[in-house]
Amino acid sequence: MSEPALSLSGLNKRFGAVVAADNLELEVAAGEIHALIGPNGAGKTTLIAQISGELAPDSGRIRFLGRDITGLAVHERSRAGLGRTYQITSVFKDFNVLNNVILAVMARKGQGFGFVRPARSDPTLRDPAMEILRQMGLEARARDKAGALSHGEQRQLELALALALKPKLLMLDEPMAGMGPEDGQNMVEFLQGLKGDCAMLLVEHDMDAVFALADTISVLDYGRLIASGPPETIRTDEAVRRAYLGTD
Amino acid sequence: MRRRIFPLIGLAVFMMLPPLATWIGEPYLVSTFTRIVIFAIAAVTLDLLIGFGGMVSFGHAAFFGLGAYVSGIIAHHAAEQITLFGLPATDQALIIWPLAILVSAAAALVIGFLSLRTSGVHFIMITLAFAQMLYFLFVSMEKYGGDDGLMMLERNPLPGLDMSDDWSFYYLCLGLLAVVLFILGRLINARFGMVLRSIKQSGPRARSLGISSLAYRLTAFCIAGAGAGLAGALMANHNGFVSPALLHWTLSGDILIMVVLGGIGTLYGPVLGAVIFLALEEFLPLAFEGAGLPGFKEHWRVVFGPLLIVIVLFAKSGLYGFLLGKEAADV
Ligand SMILES: Nc1ncnc2c1ncn2[C@@H]1O[C@H](COP(=O)(O)OP(=O)(O)OP(=O)(O)O)[C@@H](O)[C@H]1O
Ligand SMILES: [Mg+2]
Repeated sequence: MSEPALSLSGLNKRFGAVVAADNLELEVAAGEIHALIGPNGAGKTTLIAQISGELAPDSGRIRFLGRDITGLAVHERSRAGLGRTYQITSVFKDFNVLNNVILAVMARKGQGFGFVRPARSDPTLRDPAMEILRQMGLEARARDKAGALSHGEQRQLELALALALKPKLLMLDEPMAGMGPEDGQNMVEFLQGLKGDCAMLLVEHDMDAVFALADTISVLDYGRLIASGPPETIRTDEAVRRAYLGTD
Repeated sequence: MRRRIFPLIGLAVFMMLPPLATWIGEPYLVSTFTRIVIFAIAAVTLDLLIGFGGMVSFGHAAFFGLGAYVSGIIAHHAAEQITLFGLPATDQALIIWPLAILVSAAAALVIGFLSLRTSGVHFIMITLAFAQMLYFLFVSMEKYGGDDGLMMLERNPLPGLDMSDDWSFYYLCLGLLAVVLFILGRLINARFGMVLRSIKQSGPRARSLGISSLAYRLTAFCIAGAGAGLAGALMANHNGFVSPALLHWTLSGDILIMVVLGGIGTLYGPVLGAVIFLALEEFLPLAFEGAGLPGFKEHWRVVFGPLLIVIVLFAKSGLYGFLLGKEAADV
């Protein structure tokens, strides 16, 4: 693999005295699952927000698929192939599950400016959306309001929205948070199945999941990258143990 | 079920109103009904912004008044036989009304482009400010009557219709309301409407899916402005008179109240809102007088405020939502 999917150089972000990104250098290789771990408040979510364009870094560059995207708006980055999920579930609660995904399919195709024909019954939107729901095991819930789903199901829908974009880099902010062990295991298997379709930047506190999935692990502490490498080296890294993994 | 039936019942009632007015011996009421229908057009277009786009505009009268002034000014030039921008003026509705729609849409494009950078209370205030700017612009236009406004000698003629006949004009306005509702109904269920509603629910999430929220909201703003422009042109024809009052912020407030009263995000609700608001405006003062409280006559709004609060508290989707019951939630 020659060109990395994502590369960050000299990224800085501060909130007053809080340093959320401290001169970050990071690369996500094409097709890999790159896990980003670190204690609460380390700056993981803030980093995803900077990559997706919701927050502007104080300084530094972001390159995506060889292109500098630092100045692009959120929707432009998404159209370039960046997909993300949110730590706090963010789905369209007033839409039913199917319409949530239909919206995402429509957004990917860049076809929002239709004024006459009903979107819901359009097979070119509905079929791919149903397909994704089937993949996620949500098809039985297609007609239910998204707001009426259980927490775990909303997490799945959250992921379905991102997948409908067919992203080239998928950023997942704690996809397993609040899930039971069984749902968590299913999610791990599901993400394993996605491997190769797109690169992933995975933020997750569940270490079993991280070590099961990641090709590379980077560790963030107070906005600083304190280690980055294959799982085996991270597991034994002294600094990481101290900062995060604890001694066990 | 109710969602399909109520609009049809409403249409039937509106169709019956003129003969009914004659039958009860109050034929002048047709004029009140026409006013209701025209304001209903303005209110349903504002609901596109508030109820489907999450944009609480407090300046809708700007586009309403602009549409009215386009009609008034062109008709004035035609009557005085003065050219307008070097072109001979016409009084034909088929030319003037589309122009009114176009000018209002263009103004909405500019105002929307500048206002949509803000949100929440700032958006409310900035749309209000732009509308007031236009209001003062027309107040200062001595050439077109300034404060006093501008008379129109007769309604803009439309081929095949006797515009001076109040019944014909009423049914024309009603037909246009139906067309506007039909267009909006298609629109909100089409791709555009879905995107717009998604932005209302969560702008950041929609943007993360690749949706340029500004483009969609601005388009909606233009469409709503165009609709208000049409309503304004009709109002100019109805009154035979245009004045800066048509752009005043209180009128924006009135239209807003119609939307809230009828039901935000219910498409047909604001029509009901216009009916109730204008009926109260017309009859509450009389009722106060009849009840031996002439002092309240000028202050019919004292009843109105509490009524509005009750509705907002108890019927989230307004009176129409109350009628629809559970069905109000699905579009
Ligand atoms: N908008 C903001 N304004 C001020 N401070 C912020 C803002 N966003 C984040 N922070 C601060 O930046 C630091 C990093 O926050 P961030 O949410 O990125 O952490 P995180 O690594 O995702 O933590 P967690 O594991 O708890 O999700 C925290 O100290 C947080 O309080
Ligand atoms: Mg976080």
